Amino acid sequence: MDYFFTEEQEMIRDLCRQIAEERIKPVRAELDEKEEFPREIMKALAQADLFQIIIPEEYGGLGGGCLENCIAVEELSRACCGVSTSYAASFLGAYPMLLFGNEAQKEKYLPLIGSGEKLCAFALTESSSGSDAGSIQTEAKKDGDSYVLNGSKQWITNGGEAGVYTVIAITDRSKGARGATAFIVEADDPGFSIGKKEIKMGIRASATAELIFKDCRIPAERVLGKEGLGFVVAMRTFDKSRPGVGAQAVGVAQGALDEAAAFARVRKQFGKPIITFQAVAHMLADMAVDIEAGRALVYATARYIDSGAKDFSKVSAIAKVFPTDMAMRVTTNAVQVLGGHGYMREYPVEKMMRDAKILQIYEGTNQIQRNVIGQELNKEYGRKK
Amino acid sequence: MKIAVCIKQVPDTANVKLDPETHTLKREGVESIVNPFDLFALEAALRIKEAAGGEIVAITMGPPQAETVIKDAIGFGVDEGLLLSDRAFAGADTWATTAALAKAIMGLGDVDLVICGKQAVDGDTAQVGPGIAQRLGLPHVAFVKGFREIDNKRLVVERQMDDGYDVVELPLPALITVVREVGEPRPPSLKGKMRAKKYTVPMQGAADLGLDASQVGLAGSFTQVVKVFAPSHSGERRRLEGSEDEMGAQVIDALVDNQVIMLGS
Repeated sequence: MDYFFTEEQEMIRDLCRQIAEERIKPVRAELDEKEEFPREIMKALAQADLFQIIIPEEYGGLGGGCLENCIAVEELSRACCGVSTSYAASFLGAYPMLLFGNEAQKEKYLPLIGSGEKLCAFALTESSSGSDAGSIQTEAKKDGDSYVLNGSKQWITNGGEAGVYTVIAITDRSKGARGATAFIVEADDPGFSIGKKEIKMGIRASATAELIFKDCRIPAERVLGKEGLGFVVAMRTFDKSRPGVGAQAVGVAQGALDEAAAFARVRKQFGKPIITFQAVAHMLADMAVDIEAGRALVYATARYIDSGAKDFSKVSAIAKVFPTDMAMRVTTNAVQVLGGHGYMREYPVEKMMRDAKILQIYEGTNQIQRNVIGQELNKEYGRKK
Repeated sequence: MKIAVCIKQVPDTANVKLDPETHTLKREGVESIVNPFDLFALEAALRIKEAAGGEIVAITMGPPQAETVIKDAIGFGVDEGLLLSDRAFAGADTWATTAALAKAIMGLGDVDLVICGKQAVDGDTAQVGPGIAQRLGLPHVAFVKGFREIDNKRLVVERQMDDGYDVVELPLPALITVVREVGEPRPPSLKGKMRAKKYTVPMQGAADLGLDASQVGLAGSFTQVVKVFAPSHSGERRRLEGSEDEMGAQVIDALVDNQVIMLGS
């Protein structure tokens, strides 16, 4: 179906598709097997200017928005979610700077991220603080013209590979929701180190690691926005980035349908291709329905956000929760359609199923998304007359 | 540094068949692509530009639709392009091809380095690069697989041989042909592709190059393809020694003795 992209959006889609086919698909199984970070692919994405997509033109970027981001992420995810997660996480880390950075910070960091010279990462989660983000323990104490950070972050995507991290830390616990601050931390800041690298179920090419802050001293200029805005920075960042997770889901689901439909056409049982059996055809049909619904939802939401909408927490959560739940259904059924073959690592669908699971969990679990939607509905209907 | 890269539009030979009668490629319905070795040439040029600065011009000789390879080159980050197209160029062998390309390179002025892919996958002669060097009086190294030193006066390159590689220094201006090992071609960039969309490819014909019809195309060709076949590998290898002129004479003698070529008119 034609979604009436602009020429530039089509160019992004076609280029990502080309890179996915030529550079990602041939190595995705090996990257998954070895849990190897896709450094060469990240380099190719940087050469292709794909890290410039959401960087504003005045910092050397292409000045695109949510939809351009979603298009790129969807096409890359169709080939491998491990790669697309590494790519998308750099934007997740960059959004706090885009939304709350001052001129000096934007001039310093956005060109580095846009050129792909430095990958970025976003650090909020801790071992005791996942959905309960407000309970984070990492502290930042003001000391003269510096802040000193102590604590640790857990399960940070691009941990150890990124050159720049946006970190949320508590600056004044007594202030509750206004007690945290967002900081820019550079990989070579004193007192900053990488801890445990995680072994995962899926997106194994993506690097997931612990960050350790031990008297990590950073200049006060690294504060994003101002003290106390930390949780606001995080929430506004997620509002912008959630459709991107939806796009990952649409991409991986599409990749799964591609494999399942192709297989069902050539696999014969009882003398006929299995796609001619209603049980199988209906599964594929439901997959196609789910994917198109998810895609239309992601694009519509992205366009709405790009139009300059002010209040989009609810629709952003919706654009994350539906596609990610459907991607789990679709990839699981793709394995089912391939039957015994689907279970074998030789075929790509079991990886897609393993990859899809995280999409229901990170950037706010789908339970948290439903909390957000419920709260917004409460507000909305409270306002209606 | 000003770099000229010669590129060619070829049929996608991964999917093409050989006509058993005429021994030529069956080109109908086959997609056209940038000659794969020329992608390595473009990548080499881009890496040299990253290291030493400068400007890259991509040149191609072909029918009007060959402008797509120039636009592809702009998409990779090349600065300017040039299409040499003229009915008179048709049927050219490598000698007639080099006539046009060499004139075009002369016309650019102050070119420090000419880069060609090792060979075109449709002709497979590997002659055009050295032929251009000959016409322009440039030193050349073929089968470059890597660069050790790059500056405005000279290059130190690694030249792929059958059993290893040589390290060769050559002064600029010069010409090199490159092989796959020179580097993995980068993808096109979004900014490059956007520029390519708006780019008007300059075109020159025989007259613009100051060539007359007898110097180009079929008329300007010394050779004609009679038969294409894969030769079997013979066992004998001989190593020659002496000055370049002496060794050249020995090669001619060997070719004459083995009745591969005939001297005389």
